[in-house]
Amino acid sequence: MSIQDRKIDDEGLAYGVSKLTTDKIQQTFNALINNETGAKLKAFSETCMRCGMCAEACHFFVSHGNDPSYAPVGKVSQTMSKLLADNGKVTPDDIYGMAQIAYTECNLCRRCVHYCPIGIDVAYIMTTIRRFCHKLGVTPQYIQDTAHSHSATMNQMWVKDDEWIDSLFWQEDEAREEFPGLRIPMDKEGADFYYSVIAPEPKFRTQLIYQAAAIMNQAGCDWTMPSMPGWDNSDMCMYSGDFEMMGRLKRQHYELAQNLKVSRIVMGECGHAFRSIYDNGNRWLGYKDYPVPVVHSIEFFAELFEQGKIKLTGKIQEPVTIHDPCNIIRGYGLMDKLRYVAHQLCDNIVEMYPNREHNFCCSAGGGVINCGPPFKKVRVEGNLAKANQLKATGAKICIAPCHNCHGGLEDIIHHYDLGIELKFLGDLIYELMEKPE
Amino acid sequence: MNSLYNFAVGPLAWAAFIILAVTAVWRLWSMYNLAKQKDASSVAYMSWQFSLRSIVNWLIPYNSLGWKTNPVLTAVTFIFHICFVVLVIFVTPHQILLENAFGITYPTLSSEAADVLTLITIACCCYFVYRRVTNVTVRYVTRSNDWISLGLVAAPLVTALLGSWGVGGEIMPLLHVLTAEALIVAIPFTRLAHILFALFTRAYIGSEFGGVRHCKDW
Amino acid sequence: MQLYFPLLPCVPTKGASVNPWMAKEASMYKTETWNWEVGQRTIADMTPKSDHTWQEEIVMSPDGEKASAIVCLDDAEFSIRTNDDVSENTFEKLWELTYAANGDLCCYAMQDEEWTMVVADKPWEETYGFVWSPLFSCDGNNIATAVQQDMEYGMSVNGSIWENLYENANNFAISPDGKKSAAVVQVTPMGQADLKTFRNGIFSIAVDGIAWDTHLMNLWTPVFDANAYRVAAQVRLTLYDYSIIVDNTLWDNTYQGVWNPLFTPDGKHVVAPVRQGGKWGLAKDGQLIWKATYANCWHQQFSPDGENLFAIVAPEYGKFTVAVNDVPWKMRSPVITDLAVSPDGNSAAALANTLNTNWQICVNGSTWNGSYDMAWKPVFCPHSSSVAAKVRKNGKYSVLVNGKNVGGEFDMCFDPIFSDDGGKVLIRGVHEGKALRVVANVPN
Ligand code: SF4
Ligand code: SF4
Repeated sequence: MSIQDRKIDDEGLAYGVSKLTTDKIQQTFNALINNETGAKLKAFSETCMRCGMCAEACHFFVSHGNDPSYAPVGKVSQTMSKLLADNGKVTPDDIYGMAQIAYTECNLCRRCVHYCPIGIDVAYIMTTIRRFCHKLGVTPQYIQDTAHSHSATMNQMWVKDDEWIDSLFWQEDEAREEFPGLRIPMDKEGADFYYSVIAPEPKFRTQLIYQAAAIMNQAGCDWTMPSMPGWDNSDMCMYSGDFEMMGRLKRQHYELAQNLKVSRIVMGECGHAFRSIYDNGNRWLGYKDYPVPVVHSIEFFAELFEQGKIKLTGKIQEPVTIHDPCNIIRGYGLMDKLRYVAHQLCDNIVEMYPNREHNFCCSAGGGVINCGPPFKKVRVEGNLAKANQLKATGAKICIAPCHNCHGGLEDIIHHYDLGIELKFLGDLIYELMEKPE
Repeated sequence: MNSLYNFAVGPLAWAAFIILAVTAVWRLWSMYNLAKQKDASSVAYMSWQFSLRSIVNWLIPYNSLGWKTNPVLTAVTFIFHICFVVLVIFVTPHQILLENAFGITYPTLSSEAADVLTLITIACCCYFVYRRVTNVTVRYVTRSNDWISLGLVAAPLVTALLGSWGVGGEIMPLLHVLTAEALIVAIPFTRLAHILFALFTRAYIGSEFGGVRHCKDW
Repeated sequence: MQLYFPLLPCVPTKGASVNPWMAKEASMYKTETWNWEVGQRTIADMTPKSDHTWQEEIVMSPDGEKASAIVCLDDAEFSIRTNDDVSENTFEKLWELTYAANGDLCCYAMQDEEWTMVVADKPWEETYGFVWSPLFSCDGNNIATAVQQDMEYGMSVNGSIWENLYENANNFAISPDGKKSAAVVQVTPMGQADLKTFRNGIFSIAVDGIAWDTHLMNLWTPVFDANAYRVAAQVRLTLYDYSIIVDNTLWDNTYQGVWNPLFTPDGKHVVAPVRQGGKWGLAKDGQLIWKATYANCWHQQFSPDGENLFAIVAPEYGKFTVAVNDVPWKMRSPVITDLAVSPDGNSAAALANTLNTNWQICVNGSTWNGSYDMAWKPVFCPHSSSVAAKVRKNGKYSVLVNGKNVGGEFDMCFDPIFSDDGGKVLIRGVHEGKALRVVANVPN
């Protein structure tokens, strides 16, 4: 099998490729190698022993009957190795395939790092292919539209300035009926933290803002929400290969905190945004660490429980399993905190295996779900591995503290008919916490 | 024949080692400079603690997910590398060469033991070949340079063994020396470059996982 | 209120979107009319009143004579409390309570689903679908705001809305005198996920509602010059070519990236950080004046005479400092923020921090003793001889002047303001519910 046998129609890829020539491809590739990539790519490419040990790591590989073209090294060999071997002299049609591999058949989950004795980061190589495709203008339609939205509005869903503020007022109003006196303080200078979300929350999942406000209110936090662009922590530009925009988004996000003089940013249950903040975006701006600490909801909830700030009325009794999102577990080591919070909320946790930093990706991450409907089948069928994992637990509820994971797992649960209910930690806390009568 | 052999273990060997030293240093140095110049945002995270942590954990057989998932390959890989290094250092003829050149002496392997180790190492190479051909994934990503590297490694082993069994008369020791020298010179320019770089790629990814991602990489 | 400078692309600021050096020159407060008698005075007991459902954050007038807060009287009934009095005007919702430099209290207000701006207790006559992002002229006499009317977007200045409204607008700006306003506007409608239309350029800049005829992929952070109403902005021409546009004319060169442009004090040139070969430098009218050698370079500022150019730079990855005319200070910090240039243009102050804590104040490259949990932008006195900054440590706020604590501790406080002669400093704060006004002598 090779990518040539499974091309999928996508307007963005087709439009981009229609404008390419072999010359332009070669020029762009040489520019990439000369100006952008360095020792990392060189060492990774030369040192890979082609041992194939990484194959089993990848859910795409195991879910596709061990098809080698889905193995991490198989994907590298169809993309970067080919480009390096041919000095970038490949056809526009080749680029279509490479883009499809890099954007839709790799979640940049880095599970394969745990399998490679040499320490090769295939996710980095795939990211570099995406960077190259971005430079060629060959990107899947939906993720590119999201990147456009980022550039035009500083959020990923074309949410206009006023719509954002209006949703906050609306949720504040709604929540006040249940929690009298509840406030969503706006632009409060010097607060302990500002709470940041991703744009789908004001757009489709306002309930999550409501829940967050309820939790902050009950826990008595010194918090605020910004009225200004920068409130959206998400970053599809990091995944489309548009690193300049990634930097611009993160600058806005950090400077919003710096201007509001908050001590930290607490972010909702999202994985990729976390990666963008602590790992990728900060580097592009020249920051070694993040300039403003960004606290993931998992850490934040753990803090609230440790300080006894959340009182619960009971715990969930049904069997509950935990999905470890790559970007916050393999990406940031929050597995113990996640378990601590989950055990506060549930009496009967059934672990899935492999778990913690060895967990399989949801197959939606790395911007794959953002490539939209054309590629849905690939990622759902490409994650039979996850479906089997979930089924084996016998759990009725699965905690997934990440928006992308939710999207991905929802599709998997539906497709494989697993009958499992997905929950954010925030959902459970809100459900279980003491509320005014 | 004798003078050819003397030339091969004398000036030619010196030349091979010097070429290796120069090219290896040059490759490492240019890689380091390239990293400093273009990967500053990666180099900044290099840490001794996390580098060593990663290296040590990967040196333990069956400790990492990768080793666990590929049990046979893991065994073969460890045996191959250990035997190869032991052979290179501890076979008597090598020690004698070192003694002649630098006056270094140390205990060495008996020729029977050396033969057994060589056989084992060749067997490992055979497994690598077998796997490259039969494992669908490996076959899918194998290119000519993978075969060249494997050939370069296998050749001195085979010639050493044949030589020790007296096959081919005087030509075998000569071939052994020449193939070994080819191997030495090829290190920086083939897949064998992993000898130079693997430690650093491991250290790098270990540092990233330890320092940035607060997570183990094995 | 201190002038709050536009550090951020498209973040509404509480000050005029002007060249930062302007503020100090155009003395925005009429400090000569204030009471400068040394001592502490209680302005009001601002403890929330029991008959109010809640009271929001307190703001104080620039002269420190008034303390105000939004109060909730009942369900959907909001008013503004100033000292002990509660205004009789009530609204369904109020937010963004701000004192303008001239002492007018301003706030957004909503009644019957219509929004407007209330200035000194008087609502504007015009009402809108929504209002946000208030912008003030240096003297505080003119106010602009972003507005949405019938799902169309634009701005309103002192209560008169632009004649043309757009599909969308953001990145709002006003001129230092408040006479002109500008924003990035979407001039062409675009369907869902329509990549081609987007790449052809659907954005432009509208000045007083009139859009330029250059339509581009992206524009950000329009900024006015000092007095000629020229406008410069960042642009992205293709997915990866960046440049600067000045009065509808693009620079000749493109770059891998740009940050906020800035006019020279004489308004003749534009200087912007640009990225080349993966590094940052500064370009003037499209020509490099600081070679691209920095891992980052931004927040550039001129001295009032235009002779000295300051910027926050990272000479090495992860290490930031301030550069003056392309020469970096010796100190390094993981993060540098809040660069302030003195009115005489010879000094600069900035804040250094590590992980957003351990804040330190650096003046001309040397760091004051003491580190803080948070610090605010340093303020120079009109003669440039003194520097003050508001800081917080262990939850208590205080003001440092020339490195020394002045005026005591507060539960919260506002930026210090110097007297005209620079000999005294006004500190406004709230402590144990009481709004306080302290005038202190400036220590050497
Ligand atoms: S999806 Fe994950 S495991 Fe598979 S190649 Fe990409 S990073 Fe590696
Ligand atoms: S495990 Fe590592 S060295 Fe082996 S093929 Fe995969 S990436 Fe290459």
